[in-house]
Amino acid sequence: MNAIKITLSLCLLLAVGLSQAQGNLEINTPAIAQLQNSMQGRHAQLAPLFGSGAVGLARDGTVQLREPNAVPLAQRQAANGLVAAENADRSALYREIARANGKPEWEQEIRATFGQRWIDKAQPGWWVQDARGNWARK
Amino acid sequence: MKNIFLLAAALFLSACVTINIYFPAAAAEKAADKIIDEVWQLQKTPAAKTVSPAKEGVAQ
Repeated sequence: MNAIKITLSLCLLLAVGLSQAQGNLEINTPAIAQLQNSMQGRHAQLAPLFGSGAVGLARDGTVQLREPNAVPLAQRQAANGLVAAENADRSALYREIARANGKPEWEQEIRATFGQRWIDKAQPGWWVQDARGNWARK
Repeated sequence: MKNIFLLAAALFLSACVTINIYFPAAAAEKAADKIIDEVWQLQKTPAAKTVSPAKEGVAQ
């Protein structure tokens, strides 16, 4: 009987801890702020690429150069660089949020959550990837 | 009898572990929205609330 009481109270403690953790994720760290600024600065250059359909929002929380031919040859390398830099920032962002909350193992779930929300918030006309990996114009 | 208690204890413990690794999806979504809104400079449209009640009176 004691064993049950002990496990029950342990469960209660864990549940209380969980409900506190459930409120908000920590996102106010210098590292996250820096990544956010970097991405915000890059968005002005990325937005036209989203608009033309050259770059799309992938399911996995990254951006992808899905239609290189939509970018003039002279600018293609720059577009590739933008996409690579954006993805590096995004990966670092997901990792940092997981770390800031003391749960590095949450990185993939945070990535998946962002992947969904980037797509949900994408402007009409932008290209997004569906659950099966197919591209569609929003 | 002791075995049943042990089994119950094991069940509770495994349930606790399941709870403990639970991912706070709602909180993550909220965090994602906040960051995306800032990166993409999306406004939360506070202006949408400025409904002008004065117009109703003026209508007729």
